[in-house]
Amino acid sequence: METIIILHIILVFMIIGSLITVEIRNMLSAVISVGAVGFALSLAFLFLDAPDIAITQVIVEILSLVILIRATIKVDNVAIEKREHILSDRTALIFVGMILVFAWFAFQSLPTFGEPSMRVSQYYLMNGLREVGATNFVTSVILDYRAYDTLGEAMVLFTSISGAFVILRRWKKEQDKDFLRIDREH
Amino acid sequence: MDKHTGMTPIVKMITEVLCGLMLVFGAFIVLYGHITPGGGFPGGVMIALVYILITLAYGRVIVERKVSGIIASVVDDIGALIFWSVGMIGLFVGGSYLFNFLGKGSPFHILSAGTIIINNIAITLKVGMCLYAIFLALAILQRVVIDEPKEEEE
Repeated sequence: METIIILHIILVFMIIGSLITVEIRNMLSAVISVGAVGFALSLAFLFLDAPDIAITQVIVEILSLVILIRATIKVDNVAIEKREHILSDRTALIFVGMILVFAWFAFQSLPTFGEPSMRVSQYYLMNGLREVGATNFVTSVILDYRAYDTLGEAMVLFTSISGAFVILRRWKKEQDKDFLRIDREH
Repeated sequence: MDKHTGMTPIVKMITEVLCGLMLVFGAFIVLYGHITPGGGFPGGVMIALVYILITLAYGRVIVERKVSGIIASVVDDIGALIFWSVGMIGLFVGGSYLFNFLGKGSPFHILSAGTIIINNIAITLKVGMCLYAIFLALAILQRVVIDEPKEEEE
């Protein structure tokens, strides 16, 4: 019961941090607010007894904060003062309302909080230590029972690094440099 | 030249003290991933953060002498190959892809749970070097975009 109260406090904190992130003008402050939301999320995972995901959340949050600060600290960004597109605001509101309505019907069929109805996870908990030998059941699921998924994630990472290298590679040829310079003048 | 790149001496000194500890903790999280919370992904990101910290504190030139972007991408590929070859050995030995062909061992020991520890190390190499290479690529892009107009002004 106390865990639920703590989780609600953390959720309210996360909503406030997200609103500050969207509304604040200074870019660095917005990035720091994103970091506060991420650390609150990792605290929520910790209170839900999921230390694996909490560790991953903290570490990835630090990495993304470093990259975001590095990317945004030198860039002059122009704040949008006027809001001319009223139609797009209305469209966004209509779609958010539709998502909320359908989510209300969809969430009716979900099990209540903290009571999993899955038989598969029960099987992992009962037989994981005997069949795999790992005392950390999360690892035994992601690297033994569901190793295909992990292989797929590794391939996704591989593809993304290939794409990043193709797009962000160092410009070596003189022709490319000239092309870049011409492109900047226009 | 080396003294004038990067951040202030305070940051450099703290980096020097912290880097070894961070590497040891990352290796702990990876090697004990099947016993305590952790695993290949958080440990790999932690090891990538060590190199990113050195890059931020000392500048890109010094860290590229140790581990350049090419070495990082090669280690990344080696990690993917280890994962793939574990799966293929499982296919030939046990009859199914990614079969856990090593012995189960006794619980709460490092050498238990068969192929999980090998896969954790493979994921560590993959994730760590991959994220470090992405950071290097972003730093290179920033130099191209921001620094080159200054050369034209001179």
